[in-house]
This record gives sequence, C-alpha cells and structure tokens, in this order.
Amino acid sequence: MTGFIHSPLATAELLGLFGHFLLLSLLAVGGAITTAPDMHRYVVDEHHWISDAQFSASVALAQAAPGPNVLFVAVIGWNVAGPIGALATMSGTLLPSTALTLYASRWGTRRRETRGLRAFTTGLTPLTIGLLLATGWVLAQPYVIDGPHRLGALALVAFSIAVMLRTKLSPMWLVGLGAFVGMLGWV
Amino acid sequence: MSDDLREKATARPESKAELFFTFNRLALQGFGGVLAIAQRELVERKRWLTREQFVEMLAFSQVLPGPNIVNLALIFGDRFYGLRGAFAALVGMLAVPLVIVLVLAAAYAEFSRLEVVSGALRGMGAVAAGLVISTAIKLMGTLRSSRLGVPLAGVFAALTFVAIAWLRWPLVGVIVGLGSLAIAIAWARSP
Repeated sequence: MTGFIHSPLATAELLGLFGHFLLLSLLAVGGAITTAPDMHRYVVDEHHWISDAQFSASVALAQAAPGPNVLFVAVIGWNVAGPIGALATMSGTLLPSTALTLYASRWGTRRRETRGLRAFTTGLTPLTIGLLLATGWVLAQPYVIDGPHRLGALALVAFSIAVMLRTKLSPMWLVGLGAFVGMLGWV
Repeated sequence: MSDDLREKATARPESKAELFFTFNRLALQGFGGVLAIAQRELVERKRWLTREQFVEMLAFSQVLPGPNIVNLALIFGDRFYGLRGAFAALVGMLAVPLVIVLVLAAAYAEFSRLEVVSGALRGMGAVAAGLVISTAIKLMGTLRSSRLGVPLAGVFAALTFVAIAWLRWPLVGVIVGLGSLAIAIAWARSP
C-alpha cells in the first residue's frame, strides 16, 4: 500500500494514467469491465505499477463490495498511487462517458418518436437482454465451472434466481446467505 | 420522455434529494453489481419506470460507452430533473460505495489470506451472478410486445448470449453486427 499523501508516481506519470483512462472511457461500450484487459496491459505489463495478483484482487474486491462494479477502476488507481491515483483513474473513466451519455440521451429523447429511434430501441432491446444473460453467465463461471465446489455454487446461483423470481425478498438477504455459506466452505 | 413517463409509470421522484437517496440506497444494496437492485427499486418498488421503459433506458446505457449503471443513473436523473438530477443520481450512487471500497482496499491486504474471507467473497459472487440472471429473465417478458415479433426478438437475444458468453466475441463487434441487423429489420417493419 502506498503513502497517503505522497504519490509514488511523478506528475507526468499521473497525467499519463489519467489520460489513458480518459481514452479507455470512450471505448468502454458495454461497461468499464470490457476495457479491463487494456487497463491490465497499461498498469501491469507496461508500467509495472502493480502486480497481476493486485489487479485481479482489485476487480474481485470491487465486485464483492456494495456499489457499481466500475469502482474497480478506483481500487486500481488506489493501488497504483493512493488517493490521487484513485482520483486520476476514476475521473478519467467517468468524465468522457458522462458527457457523451448526457448529450446522446437528450438528443435521443427529442427524437424518441421518430421512426429511426423507434427502430433503434426495438432492435437493441433483445440484444440488451441477451447481454444481461451473458453477463450473469460470465459472473457465474468462476464458481460453477472452475470453482472448487461447483455443485454448491450451482445450487446457490439457482436458489438466488428462484427467490428473486418468486418472492419480493430483498436481495440483501441472499447476499448475506451467500457470504455465510461461502464462509462455511460450501461454494 | 417525461410526459410519457407520467402516463405509464405510476409515480415519479418527488425531488432531487429523493433521487439522491434512492440511488444511494440501491447502490449500497448492490453487492456484486447494482443492476438487479436498480430494476427492483425503480420498477417494482418505486414504480418510477415500467419494465419496458427500464429496458429501453438500459439499452441506451449499454450502447453508450461507460459503465451501464452509471449511464442509467445519469439518463434517469436527467429526464426528471435535468443536469442537476443527473448529478444527484450519479453522486448518490457513487459517493458512499467509493469510500467503502477504498477502505476495503486498504484493509484487504490484511485479510485476504483468511480462508473465511475468500470463501465469503465466493459465495457473494455466486449470488451476484444469480441476481443478474434473474433480472434478465424478468426483462424477457418485455420481448412479448417487441415490434420485431417474439420469435425474432428471441433469436436476437439468444445469438447475443451465445456470441458474448460462449464465443467471447468482442462486444463492439456484436453490437455493430447483430445490432445493425436487428435495427434494420425493426426499421423495415415499423409503420
């Protein structure tokens, strides 16, 4: 872990880090996680600022913690250069996509009832659902295919799906249950 | 879209503060991702969006670069309260979880060696996967009213799943390729 105030990186390196994440932001179609391989290339392979294990742990930690998964970007920045690093990677990731999203969404709202926009949303809705299913699958894979307790993990995934579809129970309870059975070593 | 929202969804956020706190609360419940919680809060509990409107907003959020759920918060906030609404939703969603995750990152090195901790993380990860899959299943119902027709919409959803989950094709290629085809068919079939 790096010092709290002093960054181990020179200003030029910090600007480089910020600039790289700024660039990746606009390429992150489908979510920030899709640019993770290139973030890895930049901070691990090219600059050796953090190790491979630190990179993977950053992603896993942000996924387990409450909040949007994009926060893994802040954890990577933090591990590279402390608070100023987190600021560099997080603002780099959010600024361009936020500006573009606001602009494009207003543009789309004004043209919402045009034939083009209707075709656009009608055409992309099935892809959105397929993509969501694929995301769930990719998230489940480390546990149900490659994990140490595949049957337990599969049962837990199936149980979560069933509870969400059949009850109004808050997902918080399921997450708590997951943590509990995980601690017991069943997953 | 706001006129349309008032017609279909039964409620709307009362203020920017409500927007802020709702997104804050849904983010704090979102272990392993916020999307499943967002669907439950915005559609099922608050009734600020219909299922169809949620999917449409999500489709937009996914096509635009950037984190999907962040884009969704921005679009949602913007449609009710403009720029300030967008930032109320965004900051509500990111601020507290950001502090939590950084504290965890600082503490992680200490605890990662404990088998109990890594076990709990695995269990939570498996549940998170289940939550996302259940959200996808719930939203499949919206395909019934698709102007593509149910069979064709189902085929496009299935092809997308196979291309991303199985073949691991790059997302941009799938959206440009399959997406343009789907949009072209929807265009040809629209009045």
